Amino acid sequence: MALSIFALIGHKNGAADDSAFELAAAAKAVDSGASLTAVVCGAGSELDSVCQAVSAVYPTVWKINHAGLAYPNAEALRPALAKVIPKGAIVLMAHDTLGMDLGPGLSIKLDAAFVPDVVGIEGLDGNVLKLVRQEFGGQVSTHIHCDIRDGAVINVRSGAFQPTGETASGSVVDKSGDVGDIQPKRKYLETVVAEVGDVDITKADVLVSVGRGIEDQENISIAQELADTIGAVVSCSRPIVDAKWLEKSRQVGTSGKTVKPKVYIALGISGSFQHLGGIKGNPFMVAINKNPKAPIFQVADVGVVTNLLEFVPELTERIKEKK
Amino acid sequence: MEILVCVKRVPDTAENEIVVNSSGSDIERGDLVYSVNEWDNYAVEEAIQIRDRVGGSVTVVTVGDEESEEVLRREMAMGADKGILISDPAFEGSDGKGIATILKAEVEKGKYDLILTGAQADDGAAQVGGMLAAMLDLPFASLVNKIEIVNEKTIQVGREVEGGNQEMNEISLPCVLSIQTGINEPRYVGIRGIRKVASVEIPVHKAADLGVDTAKVGKAGAKVKKVDYFIPPAGKGAEILEGSSEEIADKLIELLKAKGGIK
Amino acid sequence: METALISPAKAWVMGIPTVIFSVLIPLIGVAAFTYIIAKRLAPLVRAKPDPRLDRPIDRLKAMLLYAVGQYRQPRYMMAGVLHIVLFAGFMILSLRSITLVVLGIQEGFVLPGLGGVVGHIYNVLKDIAATLVLIACIIAAVRRGIFQPERYDVPKRYGKNHTGEAVFVLMLISTLVTCDMLFEGTYVAAQLKKGISPEFVLPATGTWFAANFFNDSSFAVLQRVHLGAYYLHDLVFFFFLCFLPMGKHFHVITSLPNVFLMKLRKGVIKPVEWGVDESKLDELKSFGVKKFEDFTWKHMLDFYSCADCGRCSDQCPANAVKRPLSPRFISIKSRDYCFKNYPIRGEMTPKDEMLIGTIFTEDEIWSCTTCGACEAECPIFIEYIDKIVDLRRGMVDEGMVPQSLQKPLKAIEKRGNPWGKMEKKRSEWVKALPETCEVKLFEQGDVAETLYFVDSITSYDDRMQKIAQATAKVLSSAGIEFGILGKDEKDSGNEVRRFGEEMLFQDLKSHNTEMIRESGVTRIVTSDPHAFNALKNEYAGLPPVEHISQTIVKAVSSGRLRLKPIEDVQKVYTYHDPCYLGRHNGVYEDPRKALDAIPGLRRVDMLKSRDRSFCCGGGGLMLFYEPEEEQRMGVLRVKMAQKAGANVIVTACPFCLVNMEDAIKVAGLEGKMEAIDLAELIERHIDRGEAEEQGTGTPEV
Repeated sequence: MALSIFALIGHKNGAADDSAFELAAAAKAVDSGASLTAVVCGAGSELDSVCQAVSAVYPTVWKINHAGLAYPNAEALRPALAKVIPKGAIVLMAHDTLGMDLGPGLSIKLDAAFVPDVVGIEGLDGNVLKLVRQEFGGQVSTHIHCDIRDGAVINVRSGAFQPTGETASGSVVDKSGDVGDIQPKRKYLETVVAEVGDVDITKADVLVSVGRGIEDQENISIAQELADTIGAVVSCSRPIVDAKWLEKSRQVGTSGKTVKPKVYIALGISGSFQHLGGIKGNPFMVAINKNPKAPIFQVADVGVVTNLLEFVPELTERIKEKK
Repeated sequence: MEILVCVKRVPDTAENEIVVNSSGSDIERGDLVYSVNEWDNYAVEEAIQIRDRVGGSVTVVTVGDEESEEVLRREMAMGADKGILISDPAFEGSDGKGIATILKAEVEKGKYDLILTGAQADDGAAQVGGMLAAMLDLPFASLVNKIEIVNEKTIQVGREVEGGNQEMNEISLPCVLSIQTGINEPRYVGIRGIRKVASVEIPVHKAADLGVDTAKVGKAGAKVKKVDYFIPPAGKGAEILEGSSEEIADKLIELLKAKGGIK
Repeated sequence: METALISPAKAWVMGIPTVIFSVLIPLIGVAAFTYIIAKRLAPLVRAKPDPRLDRPIDRLKAMLLYAVGQYRQPRYMMAGVLHIVLFAGFMILSLRSITLVVLGIQEGFVLPGLGGVVGHIYNVLKDIAATLVLIACIIAAVRRGIFQPERYDVPKRYGKNHTGEAVFVLMLISTLVTCDMLFEGTYVAAQLKKGISPEFVLPATGTWFAANFFNDSSFAVLQRVHLGAYYLHDLVFFFFLCFLPMGKHFHVITSLPNVFLMKLRKGVIKPVEWGVDESKLDELKSFGVKKFEDFTWKHMLDFYSCADCGRCSDQCPANAVKRPLSPRFISIKSRDYCFKNYPIRGEMTPKDEMLIGTIFTEDEIWSCTTCGACEAECPIFIEYIDKIVDLRRGMVDEGMVPQSLQKPLKAIEKRGNPWGKMEKKRSEWVKALPETCEVKLFEQGDVAETLYFVDSITSYDDRMQKIAQATAKVLSSAGIEFGILGKDEKDSGNEVRRFGEEMLFQDLKSHNTEMIRESGVTRIVTSDPHAFNALKNEYAGLPPVEHISQTIVKAVSSGRLRLKPIEDVQKVYTYHDPCYLGRHNGVYEDPRKALDAIPGLRRVDMLKSRDRSFCCGGGGLMLFYEPEEEQRMGVLRVKMAQKAGANVIVTACPFCLVNMEDAIKVAGLEGKMEAIDLAELIERHIDRGEAEEQGTGTPEV
């Protein structure tokens, strides 16, 4: 019997998350011959546009429309999915705050194996699925062998897989009736939106960090614009805080916050020992600095030796053009 | 409120380069020092604060070898009332599900209103809490950064979700929560505090004590196996991009996109 | 003997002999005063022990110099001189006041020893003193009441202004001396009227003016004023005596003992509890100061003695950058709290509550860099560092440690350095040295006479490793064979102790002591003043410790180290005194001598130097603490150097260098100002005799 793979689709406001398309690529990496189904759960008509969108890459799309699933509450989703996912299937989902909430428990309910935060999939070897994970804040990688005889729940790191570009014209199947009654013991109340001043740089995946090379408070806007364009958060080194150009909560370093982004763009940061001490998790680091001897270039992955005040606005424009 | 906090002893790798041993079977641990997993420490602090507000007791439990006793003592020095070390050679090599199975047996020996874990540990898996809850059929919330006790049966919890937002939920007790850092400011534990609890008896529970089926845990029961460790190849120093500023910008955009730096 | 006026001892008013008042007023006054002092001693009795009677000769000397001699007063010239006048006047007039009190009971009383010629001289002297005191009081009142120097301001969060109390006391003093002038003046006027030749009165003194003022008055008026002045003096005198222990003027009584009981050993933090051996610390129930009664009795006496002069806070760098700390208010707030819980009237209500959160905030107590500027300034030797450290010990014991400090403390516990770097990397800096510069490694069994104790920051920080390398080259060039402990060295713990983690410090101390002893060295050299202080003052049983600046001076004067002329003659150098080298250990001259040994080096001193040096921002764990502050201490310091006309700041401490280099960037003075460590500068100028080796034989000019 061919393997069945189900991808749980994250979505907001009627649009599928980027991860939806990445999961399709991940599924192909698991077994390109497996039957692939996208599972779209939620409530209301906004599901239709999500189903529509994912049907472009998934041969089958399950739509589960249930008032109890209006908000993506893992406690409601888990029993619903446990009911509809067949034994032995592989479930893929993004390793985001929903995936972390849902995945481990779902694997227990399905009596399946669970592998979180997967960054690489090396394919099947009989009943063994070969995966790659990272440990110790990304400092070391590990090969994982996962026994999938009873199925598996695999949480995939966002951005680890690129959409393949393959298309499908999937059919949407309404499975709303199969989930039965949903009575979670956890009730969603509200979402408290972070205040602008309360930006938490420690949780950002992408940081545009400014140092003394920014020269003037007015130039912070150059960094802010780049950050807005690429969906990043602005952080800084200590001199910027000392100069009161940015609030203390944005400072990276031993006397500031410890950050664990995936991408760190250092603008005019020399890369002092104290500053680098606040960057963990081995992010992809881009350094833009006019001093070719700045120590930041020793630790960065990519460097640009240039005047950032001229280059960064140009870069931002270029990104906007390409978007 | 009776609170159980599950903790783990992990190597402290923040400041030091991790080296994989020659066979790739493990990282070089000779030069590493160990301490309690940071997330777990927040969970214990939260438990202590809740106990101090509403009464009850805090028990810390860990699955590990003899040396793991050290982290239990540290958490007891912090203010936890009791420590339990779960240790059995049969538990070695357990995957997340194995650990959850062992903890489930321990939880069932007591009567806890609240079970806390750290959101994740050194392996970044973030799995044991959710599994434990599912095994116990208890409600669960991950990445909890706020706990408010409403009454004996209900609490409100905030979950840290994308964008630094906080998702508020009402959850019934007993429940399992995995705690995110930043929920509180853990108190300092000095040498003096640790010495004070140095002679406190810490019970050791073995597989037989817990009635755990050793076939379902340890290496034998693990469906997920770590085969080896490796360091992904990385370049030395920054690759300096050359060319006209346009060319550099394009290259950079390409790289940023590949690394998830452009959303 | 015929008297010109009836003395208070013999007078009758409305049918009552006034001598009754002369007896009653002092009796009641002394009784009240005794009661008040007993009440004030109550908290001291409940306080922690504090042995302060060792080295009595040194104490006596210190008391004569600093309390009687008022040696530190002129550091603030205007206020200091006024105070000396008032103090000297007080000393002289106290005899007169005692005489006056007895005069009301026994007519013609003369203090033993003040008869005859001495008495005549004393009489003139006390008239001069009284006059000067009156003038000083008026100037002081005008200065405090009208000009209001900024130093005396009381920020809102610290309570209400103390100007009222200060001016009130000045008025009491003025009244006392004026009464004496009137009492004496009327008597002289009466004598003149009767044709009796009076005691000599120096013209232009208050008594002289009074005598002249009353020379036309009737005997009745003179008699009335004479008696009135006497009893006003008597009343005010005893009121004043009883008023002193109510506030900042308690110092009039407590200063002398406070100075006598001062801390004699510098650079060392008091033990957790006096009388409890370090090996017995585990047995203590509580650590440090949590509630008020956890202070030692001497520290309470300090609170009583604070005259609110504001000099400590005026010198305090934390206060200067608007951190939430002002040493003056550590004393004032504690005294207010003490007076509230131990009132003169009513129940004593000692409270079992943490002072942190009540009168102090956590940030306030963490804000101190322990630079010691406050203690170097206080005219009566009030201690602050020990109190701050005791309060921190209490916080550490309660787990109240900011996250920013928990990490480095834990890293020191686990790895011996605040960054948690691996022990084996502690000696990595050696790798960059040339082969000619040999560093022995005791951990490998090497042998050497001298140990270079590197300490954490100089071992691990990329920039500070250059200080280690320079120090090694200097030592090697001076022909000193030396070694390092390498991975066996742990943080000296100077700041660990000062941040209140006593048990961790004890662990570090015993570890390092053991390692140093095992190495068999006979001398220790360090380039880090914090390590220098810890090893020299806090450790015990080690060979002599010296700072590299001292080693340099010795090597230069013995000719083992020769220095080349200054590289850049355009540069103007200034030496920044590190707190733990200067104030805490008195090493001010050696670093300056070392600099001056470089031929042609131009050096200026900053206005604030030597024992008034301004802290760079703090070392050790202070690098990790995130203070609330408006600017950085280093920035102020760099600006001071600029003002002095310097463009190179030479430090002799790795932490100073970190802070100065950062501050130069923050102040936007890159290119205009630079910072360098003394060892680095000396190393650059070592004359290795290259010219001779080349055999050219022509010495450089």
